[in-house]
Amino acid sequence: MKRRTWLLGTAAALGGGVAVGLFWRQGSLRRQAQALTDPARGQLLGGWLRIAPDNTVTLYVPHSDMGQGVMTTLGMMVADELDIAWAQLRVEQAPAHGAFANPFFVEGFLMPGGVPQAVRPVADMAFGELARYARLQITGGSASVRHTGQRGLRVVAAAARGLLVETAARRWSVAPDTLAVQDGVVSDSTGARRATYGELAQEAAGRRLPTAPRLKTREQFRLMGKGVPRLDIPDKVCGRARYGIDLQLPGLLVATVQASPVHGGRLTRVDDAPALAVPGVKSVVRLPEAVAVVASGYWAAHRGLAALRPTFEGGEAQADSASAMARLHEALTSADTQTVVETGRAFDASVRRHVARFEVPWLHHATMEPINVTAQWADGRLLVWGSEQDALGAHGNLVKISGLPPEAVVFTPLLLGGGFGRRSAPKKNHLEQAVALARACSPAPVKLIWSREEDFTQGAYRPAVATTIEAALDGQGMPVSWVQRFTETPDLINEGYPVPYRIGHQHLQSVTTGSPVRVGAWRSVAHSQHGFFTESFVNELARAARQDPLAYRLALLPEGSRHHRVLLELAERADWRQAAPAGVARGVAMVESFGSVVGEVIEVALDGQRRPVVKRVVAVVDCGFLMHPDTGRQQVEGAILMGLSAALGEAITLKDGRVQQRNFTDYPILRLAQAPVIEVHFLESDGPLGGLGEVGLPPVAPALAQAWGQLTGQTIRRLPLLPAVA
Amino acid sequence: MPLTLRINGTSREVQSPPETPLLWVIRDELGLTGTKFGCGIAACGACTVHVDGQATRSCVMPVQVMAGRSVTTIEGLPATVGRPEGELHPLQRAWIQAQVPQCGYCQSGMLMAAAALLKATPRPTDADIDAAMTNICRCGTYPRVRRAIHAAAQAMTSREAA
Repeated sequence: MKRRTWLLGTAAALGGGVAVGLFWRQGSLRRQAQALTDPARGQLLGGWLRIAPDNTVTLYVPHSDMGQGVMTTLGMMVADELDIAWAQLRVEQAPAHGAFANPFFVEGFLMPGGVPQAVRPVADMAFGELARYARLQITGGSASVRHTGQRGLRVVAAAARGLLVETAARRWSVAPDTLAVQDGVVSDSTGARRATYGELAQEAAGRRLPTAPRLKTREQFRLMGKGVPRLDIPDKVCGRARYGIDLQLPGLLVATVQASPVHGGRLTRVDDAPALAVPGVKSVVRLPEAVAVVASGYWAAHRGLAALRPTFEGGEAQADSASAMARLHEALTSADTQTVVETGRAFDASVRRHVARFEVPWLHHATMEPINVTAQWADGRLLVWGSEQDALGAHGNLVKISGLPPEAVVFTPLLLGGGFGRRSAPKKNHLEQAVALARACSPAPVKLIWSREEDFTQGAYRPAVATTIEAALDGQGMPVSWVQRFTETPDLINEGYPVPYRIGHQHLQSVTTGSPVRVGAWRSVAHSQHGFFTESFVNELARAARQDPLAYRLALLPEGSRHHRVLLELAERADWRQAAPAGVARGVAMVESFGSVVGEVIEVALDGQRRPVVKRVVAVVDCGFLMHPDTGRQQVEGAILMGLSAALGEAITLKDGRVQQRNFTDYPILRLAQAPVIEVHFLESDGPLGGLGEVGLPPVAPALAQAWGQLTGQTIRRLPLLPAVA
Repeated sequence: MPLTLRINGTSREVQSPPETPLLWVIRDELGLTGTKFGCGIAACGACTVHVDGQATRSCVMPVQVMAGRSVTTIEGLPATVGRPEGELHPLQRAWIQAQVPQCGYCQSGMLMAAAALLKATPRPTDADIDAAMTNICRCGTYPRVRRAIHAAAQAMTSREAA
């Protein structure tokens, strides 16, 4: 059989011969990878890149695109290292299969400082194994570019380029370093001999990848740092992009569901008859925690479900917001604490103390695409299509739920209409529902669509958290000790972070307490709460010391540090040293998260009815090197608006154990008319790449709260700022 | 009795019950998935289409009231300004130029709302845009939506002037 395409650059090729060997020994994994990526186009050789005879290159990305443009940015990094033209590259999401588990993500988080060369082969093997073991293809932690791209795919592409050049050199009996590459064509110094990657790939594929490829330096970048237009946008402006909810299959049924409004409750009774009387309804399916109606289309299913009067029992049916928040504050007085961070020694030379208690509510993700998933159980196999932030993890969940062997379960990832953590939540109750429905409807495929009401009331919310912070101050009002205690849930550890300021003693403790509702990661995870707590508290300390809050911070930071530079730049960009315009109050905050340092100044003014209005947000971002300037800017703009929306008006509240917010009318997401002027400035440094998907969010709430407090004369220690709608 | 719907310039016979919202006829029966389901209560605008040129939230509009009226979805947007299939409406070009979409799910509705705005108000002010663009975007594309509307308005009106 004639080979038509060749896959180069194995996942484990990060410079370790042993690791390459490991991957190549995985015969069945390799064969499956070939079949999964290119069943119709002949032989593939396992890995991340496929080079076709027509000199196009396909990159398989082990991430989901939920709006951050990651296919484009990672593709751009690969095209640059590989020395191909942008138009030669195709990018696809990698299949949800162990052959495409993401070792770079594991490495990035376990070895943030990089891997010593001496242990490289062992480390590669371990990270590959670990990624496969953990079934890891997660998109989160603002990690796609800084870990998968920077530590993984760039290296793979550079190694593939090296291999192809070496192949041409061998063919022509010349030294590799005499050859040049442009647009995927290798040529010799005279220009007489030329070969495309497509022509070289078959021969190259039989050879070992260079173990220590040389990456391009910044001066050599063609695309990195400049950017290319996003690949996904043309389809998204024409209605052609296909999200999970858009999947169409022959004979497709549609289901919708109502789960126990009290989380954790069980379905006890339901009379099917009213639903079955609705034209188009096929069946009513009882699930342990929910009832579902299956029909020929969504509207019939929706009407059928609305006709039912199911009863549920169990869960914390007495819980309400006030009692849940009281439980958090009570937990703060518990003796059962865990130390998260302790640096320096406590001392009592201080003349004064400042103490404050803060709290933040549950928040919903409210992705614009409601939760949905399609499943088909036929011939002993389970086929599932969906929009998940972790395709391989979803596959693992489905294997567990179905009880089928892994090879009998296929998960096909589709585009996400927003993620923000909701589609990586540990509790995949929609997957459990879909598997049960597929079993009940077998062999027909069934698409489960949650109504917006179900999406709101069955969320996996950003945890509500309470904290108490106590600072000991010296004679000038500068902190010498910082003692903080905060709540976390057993389901989602709420990390605590040492504050970046020069404070002799820091002691952070957590207290674990249960949650009456499902919780999950929400954009910027624990930074969304801690950013508000710690930076609000620093603003209070500055005010107590009668100092300018920006100058107060500068005094607590080493000159020349990333934080210090960000604040100086912010002062400049936000005109901080000039008085604010009349009637305008300003707030400032700075949070480091996911490897980036972000400072923000927010301006708020009162409108004609004396209501505060956000006028302007200035952000300074140090993310090391800025890989794709425009998508980076998009992410920071978006995170700022999401942070404003949350701090101004968002809260999930409980009454009788039930979430009260059922639709957008109860949960005021910021609209275009409320969006302020946003100015984003990047301050590049030689530091390692930082993330960008989440980092614009954490400083928003504390900066906004400070400005708001000045206008309204309050000290803001809880969110949201506006009264709840529900 | 089947109902005849005029959609994107062609007549289609529709079997769905008359009270079915236009959204679900468009998506489930006609298979045009560019129009999105967001909330079901006309609160978010993801399902915005044009009915006789007016921006309309299709998730609460029973299909029976569509008889004899003309419906345009995102798939038919270019034709509303006389563009042949395969070409783009000036707003779609401006959207690409400004790199507006992130996840993109709300963008069909955004574009349909913006197209209706420009038809009624060819050179909108910021206040006009504030009033007309009430669709929800969770990714935070609003600043770019505003910029792209101004750019498209300028492109469309200067072409007419020329």
